[in-house]
Amino acid sequence: MSTQSNRAAARLMVAPSVILLFIWMIVPLAMTLYFSFRLYRLLSPERTGWVGFANYTWFIKSPDFWLAIFNTLALVGGVLIITVVLGTLIALLIDQPVKGQGILRILVIAPFFVMPPVAASIWKNLFMHPQNGLFASVSRAFGADPILYLENHPMLSVIGIVSWEWLPFATLILLTAMQSLSSEQLEAAEMDGATPFARFRYIILPHLTRAITVVVLIETIFLLGIFGEIFTTTQGGPGSASTTLPYMIFKQAIAAKDIGRAAAGGIIAVILANIVAVFLMRGIGRNLDA
Amino acid sequence: MGKITLTQVRKSFGETHVIPGIDLNIEHGEFVVFVGPSGCGKSTLLRLIAGLEDISGGKIEIDGHDATDLPPGKRGLAMVFQSYALYPHMTVKKNIAFPLKMAGVDETTIEAKVANAAKILNLSNYLERRPGQLSGGQRQRVAIGRAIVREPAAFLFDEPLSNLDAALRVTMRQEISELHQKLATTMIYVTHDQVEAMTMADKIVVLNAGRIEQVGAPLELYNHPQNLFVAGFIGSPKMNFITGAEAEKHGCTTLGVRPEHIEVSADGPWQGTIGLAEHLGSDTFLKVDVPGVGVLTVRGSGEMGLHHGNQVRLGPQAGKLYRFGSDGKAL
Repeated sequence: MSTQSNRAAARLMVAPSVILLFIWMIVPLAMTLYFSFRLYRLLSPERTGWVGFANYTWFIKSPDFWLAIFNTLALVGGVLIITVVLGTLIALLIDQPVKGQGILRILVIAPFFVMPPVAASIWKNLFMHPQNGLFASVSRAFGADPILYLENHPMLSVIGIVSWEWLPFATLILLTAMQSLSSEQLEAAEMDGATPFARFRYIILPHLTRAITVVVLIETIFLLGIFGEIFTTTQGGPGSASTTLPYMIFKQAIAAKDIGRAAAGGIIAVILANIVAVFLMRGIGRNLDA
Repeated sequence: MGKITLTQVRKSFGETHVIPGIDLNIEHGEFVVFVGPSGCGKSTLLRLIAGLEDISGGKIEIDGHDATDLPPGKRGLAMVFQSYALYPHMTVKKNIAFPLKMAGVDETTIEAKVANAAKILNLSNYLERRPGQLSGGQRQRVAIGRAIVREPAAFLFDEPLSNLDAALRVTMRQEISELHQKLATTMIYVTHDQVEAMTMADKIVVLNAGRIEQVGAPLELYNHPQNLFVAGFIGSPKMNFITGAEAEKHGCTTLGVRPEHIEVSADGPWQGTIGLAEHLGSDTFLKVDVPGVGVLTVRGSGEMGLHHGNQVRLGPQAGKLYRFGSDGKAL
């Protein structure tokens, strides 16, 4: 099959797309790297020049920086835990044979098709709004004061909204994984006297490890860059309470109009993402080996 | 102990009555084989006994206790599945130990029982491997090992050899028979292969369309089939069925004669042309077209110098004719 000549031909054939992808990746990265060492403020374009690591030191010494890092990791970790745990439970539920299963599954998957700012607006105005929101009405029905979600618990609220968006993704992947489990294995466990909980713990859960790994890896990639939900709901506030690293970069680039500092933040975000990636691949990557 | 009694056991899936009502007694220590064509309900019957399917009516007793509504884990039965259903993420040792772990047996007892089962089944060198690293026959043995350690009242086998190649199937067949001798536990074995049924069983249950056609020892079924279905199903190659004028001569609707009971002889009553001759060395199978009688399969022993197109005269051995009435029952 793979002779010398057709391997060479294969390399030649994929070369254009590989080169294109490489340029696509390397040009923005190189530009960001370049700007991160430059003085580049849109409000004072006459001042230019190299500044060394000043942009980086400013970013790291900024009072919001460590909070932003913490918030980013809390967002990623919180959403991962909620979506994987709830996703597994919901997948278990909708794997049961019930009437209207098809419609039920579409309903469960639906939130994934709502674009982030829309989802966030729905949550902000229809659920969490202190006067008109559904949660406020529920609170009042029980005689309690409405909770000011976005003001008093901004990070938890954002985690809740993002979890709602990503839960269908986790559920869908875990459901398909569950359906690939041979029923004979479950029956064998039943014959062996395993209780429903033991069957879940010893048969279903080990079968799901690979799918859970895939969910964690894919979600991490997207969750590190969550921006729209924060922009629509809390604007990173109150104060900087719900500012994440991407939002902090946005504030530098668009609000402060300091491209140099924003670029430095971008490079820091890339480094953070790589650190997370290394930990993930070390920790759970081996689950992906056959 | 391992005495299983089925009383009027029925199973329906919606409007389809898979098993319309079965009565069956399985004695302690018996090797019972359920045999029948695919779709005859033999696997369903086994799953009903195992408790993996709910029965629609009737009663299942195991060792004198009503087990009709007991969950599978509480019936004291162990099952070996067609796909073996090993747990892929556990080692062989953990697979075998799983039922004991579920029963809350302490570690040292588990160790000892697993080691013992591994010794019986020649698995001692593979205990740390995963099922994916084993051959088909070894997986089969792990599945049996998982059943043995529970010391069940009865073993249930659901077509356990159908995923193995022909040579291994013969070996495993003998191993299971030997295991039965050694353990002397009741075994219920489902297969569509009548050779497996004949070689392994103490008692064969022939099923057709959810009904029991006949129950008996292998040779009893071979020598005294009660109806056309059993006569045609037991024995290989199949029994020849002759209808029409030739059958009426013997006072029946269908006349049955086994290929091994037809002899090539100069004074035989049937004259025909050989359509196909298969030479196996030990046997020769002939397909002979006899005008007025039909195509007969003949099994001759040893080498016979006969080929396609030869004319032969055939005659049935005396006393080896089976006569069936118009209702298919033996006369």
